Amino acid sequence: MDTQTSTIATDSKALDRLITERVDALLDLRLEAKLAALKAARTPSMTIIATKGTLDWAYPPFILSSTAAALGWDVSIFFTFYGLELLKKDLSGLHVSPLGNPAMPMKMPFGPEWFRSLRWNIPNAMQSVIPGFEAFATTMMKKTIKNNGVAPIAELRGLCIEAGVNLIGCQMTVDLFGYKRDDFIPDVKDYVGAATFLPMAKDADVSLFI
Amino acid sequence: MNFDKELDARGLSCPLPILKTKKSLNDLTSGQVLKVVATDPGSIKDMQAFANQTGNELLSSSEENKTYVFYMKKK
Repeated sequence: MDTQTSTIATDSKALDRLITERVDALLDLRLEAKLAALKAARTPSMTIIATKGTLDWAYPPFILSSTAAALGWDVSIFFTFYGLELLKKDLSGLHVSPLGNPAMPMKMPFGPEWFRSLRWNIPNAMQSVIPGFEAFATTMMKKTIKNNGVAPIAELRGLCIEAGVNLIGCQMTVDLFGYKRDDFIPDVKDYVGAATFLPMAKDADVSLFI
Repeated sequence: MNFDKELDARGLSCPLPILKTKKSLNDLTSGQVLKVVATDPGSIKDMQAFANQTGNELLSSSEENKTYVFYMKKK
């Protein structure tokens, strides 16, 4: 190797190192800016699995979904098992049972303040034998909901639909419980299985099981 | 403060004040101001969070006798 070639090789190596250093530094800077821009432009998304079909548990999926939609998020709810009850045309059948539900406050939604603040601890054994106890508790819950300016489920569901929340039914549980598609509101976007839902959940920023 | 539209959300609970605010903003054009009156104590934090998320500007929020008044400028 003559002197000239050796100098060129050394220069070239030094140049390579300089280029690499410079590119690394620029890349870090640009990448940060690019990621921030991508994050800002991205629409957040949420997927919910709704599995409960009682009046009390009907609230969380619809409250969170309608609110997320108002924040501009893409939202999908996958209704499975008893959650399918929440897709029925007629929601008046939603009940709440205090039986085996020890955390549920049993308070009267009427009467003077002292009476309303009483907590009625009725033993499960009694709840289970008093005819119409569940219907009574449901009526009381509905009254409490109304007194507090909380929206009825049908209204919240309507707001979700209006805001473009995707309502999806689980085909397997529709068949399992012998529902007919005609039992459900026509706004249900699709009836699918776990394999369709999971990829949606994978890409969502928030994924909840309710 | 001047405003272009007023929303009475008194007596409504979470999340209705937010949902109705969002709906009312839809009827406004960019730069117009919506006044919201609410009684839900949760709405103070929620209105701010809504503004942060959606890019609409919360110009002011105040409380008087358990009534909350918000001025929101549409993005």
